[in-house]
Amino acid sequence: MQSTAEVLIGRIANGDRLAMQVLFARYHVRVFRFVVRLVRNEATAEDVISEVFFDVWRQAGRFEGRSTVSTWLLAIARFKAISALRRRRDDELDEEAAAAIEDLSDDPATALEKKDKSALLRKCLGGLSAEHREVIDLVYYHEKSVEEVAEIVGIPENTVKTRMFYARKRLAELLKSEGVERGWP
Amino acid sequence: MNSINEEPEPREIEALLPWYAVGTLNRRDANRVERALADDRELARQYELVREELVETIHLNEALGAPSTRAIERLFAAIDAEEAREPRHRRSFDLGGRISEFLWSLTPRTLARSAMAAALAILVQAAVIVSVVFKEQGSPGGPELASVPNEGSYVLVRFAPQATANDITNFLGAYKAKVVDGPLNMGSPLYVIRLSETKLPKEEVGKIIRQMQLESTIVDFIAAKE
Repeated sequence: MQSTAEVLIGRIANGDRLAMQVLFARYHVRVFRFVVRLVRNEATAEDVISEVFFDVWRQAGRFEGRSTVSTWLLAIARFKAISALRRRRDDELDEEAAAAIEDLSDDPATALEKKDKSALLRKCLGGLSAEHREVIDLVYYHEKSVEEVAEIVGIPENTVKTRMFYARKRLAELLKSEGVERGWP
Repeated sequence: MNSINEEPEPREIEALLPWYAVGTLNRRDANRVERALADDRELARQYELVREELVETIHLNEALGAPSTRAIERLFAAIDAEEAREPRHRRSFDLGGRISEFLWSLTPRTLARSAMAAALAILVQAAVIVSVVFKEQGSPGGPELASVPNEGSYVLVRFAPQATANDITNFLGAYKAKVVDGPLNMGSPLYVIRLSETKLPKEEVGKIIRQMQLESTIVDFIAAKE
């Protein structure tokens, strides 16, 4: 049985603009959040999601329903985000990446923050590499299965599991450096 | 610093905990994790850490906000530009494209053999309709059918599987009718037939339908289309 999203894709393939608006309304925020975590720039992320949904408009007729619509969207989004990153000048990228890396050293505000383990955990999640952040977001926030992450990222399923494991391990290390000992790994 | 060889390898069940927490494991793996959690206190402690990570990842992502309206404006500007360059035929249709799409979907994974036979029969009929449209319109660019205007009188028709191109051509010619849309449903393909470019009285349409129903070797099903 077709999902409602698949029905929308069928209508989009037939040139239905209202279906395009509905699909956009349903998914654009999640796709935006996935992309902005990859490109670390809101304006670039907005451009990328326009491109993603424009691709959907043009390619809807080729959607075969082998994956869910959201997995298909995230796979297109990832490809577009990486292309957008490549287009950006290296120095601009370095500058933005440096700005995005959070300072993990203590200051008065951080010391206060340390009392809040949740905030610290979020801070350390922000300090993960793009590769680790991506797999954590796909699994925890976008609720993607092992198979779906493999499809979106383009890696084997076993690699998905080990990448997730090492992302969590790195998170534990970052927390440890902040004084939070989780007793693992 | 640890070398790669010194990195701990994830235990199989432990590696599945994040997906178990979100509920995206298949039933079999979920049962395995459940059984292991019941017996392994260290694994249960691990699971609590995973749940903390899950909650904070959601908070972190939710805090990212949403894109401005610029994104949708840019999208529809691109769609408008493409439509201006290369308009899509929405009510009229590209039958060749639909047949290609249908062929594309005919994979062993998705179609049982019995369904395949039925689908091929539909394809044959679609090919027959294409040849009829070619004959009618002499279109050099492909089987582009007439658009469906608001005026006029129309019926929905399913042709009999045994109807040939000649049968259908003669049938349409006898009623001065044209195929303007379809197949509307690949499982049981219906075609929209224009009886007249002007709106006919309901009684007149009913009379034509009754006459067409008598052509049972050509017409399998027919109904008025408002």
